[in-house]
Amino acid sequence: MITATNLTKVYNGTKVLNIEHLDIPTGQSLGLVGNNGAGKTTFFSMLLDLIQPTTGNIFNHEITVSQNEEWKEFTSSFIDESFLIGYLTPEEYFYFIGDLRKQNKADVDTLLSTFEDFFHGEILGKRKYLRDLSKGNQKKVGIVAALIGSPKVIILDEPFANLDPTTQIRLKKIIKDLTAQKETTILISSHDLIHITEVCERIVVLDKGDLVKDLMTSTATLDELETYFSKDLTLKEQA
Amino acid sequence: MFKRLFSLEWKSFFRSASLGKSIGLKILMGFLGLYFTAAFLMFGIGLYPLIIEYFPGEEPLYLVNRFVLAWLVLELAYRFLLQNLPIMDIKPLMLLPINKRKVVNFVLLKSLYSFFNFLPLLIIIPFGIYNIYKQTFSTATILAWMVAMIGLTLSVNFANFIIKKNFTDNIKALIPVVASIAVIAGLDYFKIFESSVWFGKGLNLILEFPFLALIPILIVIVFYKWNQKDLESKFYLDATLKDEVKDANTNEFLWTRRFGELAPYLQLDLKMIWRNKRPKTTVYISILFLAYGLIFYGNDAYQDMPAFFIFVGIFITGIFMINFGQFIPAWDAGYYPLIMAQNIPLKKYLTAKAGLITFSVVVLAILSTPYLYYGWKIFLINMICAVYNIGVNIPILLYAGSFNRKKIDLDKSPFMNYQGMGATQWIVGLPLMLMPLLIFWIINKFISFESALSVLFVLGLVGLILRNRAINFIAQRYNRQKYAMIEGFKQSGE
Repeated sequence: MITATNLTKVYNGTKVLNIEHLDIPTGQSLGLVGNNGAGKTTFFSMLLDLIQPTTGNIFNHEITVSQNEEWKEFTSSFIDESFLIGYLTPEEYFYFIGDLRKQNKADVDTLLSTFEDFFHGEILGKRKYLRDLSKGNQKKVGIVAALIGSPKVIILDEPFANLDPTTQIRLKKIIKDLTAQKETTILISSHDLIHITEVCERIVVLDKGDLVKDLMTSTATLDELETYFSKDLTLKEQA
Repeated sequence: MFKRLFSLEWKSFFRSASLGKSIGLKILMGFLGLYFTAAFLMFGIGLYPLIIEYFPGEEPLYLVNRFVLAWLVLELAYRFLLQNLPIMDIKPLMLLPINKRKVVNFVLLKSLYSFFNFLPLLIIIPFGIYNIYKQTFSTATILAWMVAMIGLTLSVNFANFIIKKNFTDNIKALIPVVASIAVIAGLDYFKIFESSVWFGKGLNLILEFPFLALIPILIVIVFYKWNQKDLESKFYLDATLKDEVKDANTNEFLWTRRFGELAPYLQLDLKMIWRNKRPKTTVYISILFLAYGLIFYGNDAYQDMPAFFIFVGIFITGIFMINFGQFIPAWDAGYYPLIMAQNIPLKKYLTAKAGLITFSVVVLAILSTPYLYYGWKIFLINMICAVYNIGVNIPILLYAGSFNRKKIDLDKSPFMNYQGMGATQWIVGLPLMLMPLLIFWIINKFISFESALSVLFVLGLVGLILRNRAINFIAQRYNRQKYAMIEGFKQSGE
């Protein structure tokens, strides 16, 4: 269970995030949607205690994230390339994260073997440093590293961006498999409405920091989202 | 078009994120610049009278010509170390409808405005004017000589870029070049074949036939064209503009396993050091600085000042500690959010860093044992300085690290590199070096040498015993500063 209460972030007098209350039950897959500047990454960063909230708090399984570090043991994330260590090879990076999450080499290898498809032969055994991989391949490494050690909470910021179509489809399957057991809470942000409605059971729409929509995904959700995001356009056309 | 390119350059300087922050550094660089300007100018003005005074009977111009070759080699050497052609800046211009040649010319011509081209003028021009004033040679002759000299300097400017492009990736290829220069210098020194004299005679010819000054000008043009061709042919993303992908080094540092929980962090730090240019060079510098003692121990001037040897001891055993420690945790700036969001307790992170530095101090202390040659006192001072470094200076450096807000680019060379430098680095130097020196000096003066050393030793031991507590305290401080540090490390800048 993740709870955000009275959460705001103000930069130079501008409110960039303002969430009065948001509950995310354990095992839920939540999709965060919104245009650029909506506050998606800000929200994730606060959840990871990388940014200090101006007011309010986030509780991750009853732990106040800004006051206690224990949530780190069961929470993993991939936000951007600052979560990768450029001078390591993918294998070394996985083992390093494995060490941090108390997984030995064999555990990590077992997990990695289930992602052979996803890696498409471009990641492992290439003797290349992460900094020399393409953006898409870096992203694959970051996403898989976030799954090491069966975390209870997984946070992925725009995991579909930069991935090729095959990998996008494979990633969707991975996320669906993870959420099927209803044990892992997954938070994903995306600009791709089709992907996100496909993998998430709940969609939250942010607009300039405000929570404007909170939908349980159904067959009508995609239409509703598309209508919402094209409303400016429709208004203009009518005028 | 050129005007527009220059305005881009102007904006990139004044709008860079670091402009305001590093103003103190700019002032320091400004002073250094002024100092060199003044020094060169004084030399330029004083050269003629000095030669008259110390080499009576010699024609100053002939004498100077004999040293020109040596000067050019020296100039090439320091340009090679310090001057860079900023080719990376042209990447964004590739897509725009600007002639390739124009961009290339812009980059090359911009290099003329370098400080390195300005310095030789400070010697050539005053010396030339002095010669004109003396009228041993006609004004036109001297002007031709000045043109030739400026031409030679600029040839070095452009030759440097060619050499750099072909050799920086492969430093070993430089060995034959350096060796042949050494051989030529040796032949010169032992008067077997005096190339500098022959070169000087060549320059003297210009004084006889001023039109020969065209030759250096031609050399400049040839080097310029060469650079131009070279750059144009490499004006593609996959040539020079993209960094070469090297086969990954996969040394696992498995021996760190015995450190249990700290092993992953130590491995990470060791990989960081060995696989990135800047920290790796820091290690080499540390080994070089072991020789620092040679300057002082044998020198009679310092024999009555044992306090000074404390300074040397702290420096020799702690040079890696200082060079590496002052930038903790900025070395990890590129992935600091990962460190903060992953399951990494800050205490372990800091303990691992402290462990790594302790290891370096021990290694340097062992390597410094040959100084026993200069007497047991020196040896004892070094060992006790090592203990003091481990006990007291390491926690001080870690604490100072929480003030670091500036990112470090791991791949840049540390020479003349002030990236990551802030007020912290300057201030922390004081307690690090001066405090032990002061403690020793006072006790040595009023009680005795032995008790002064004992006090330093005890301080080191106490620090070592309290290290756990100190690190707890420092970790709290890192936690409080966390948001500011994440924010600071995100900024790229000088």
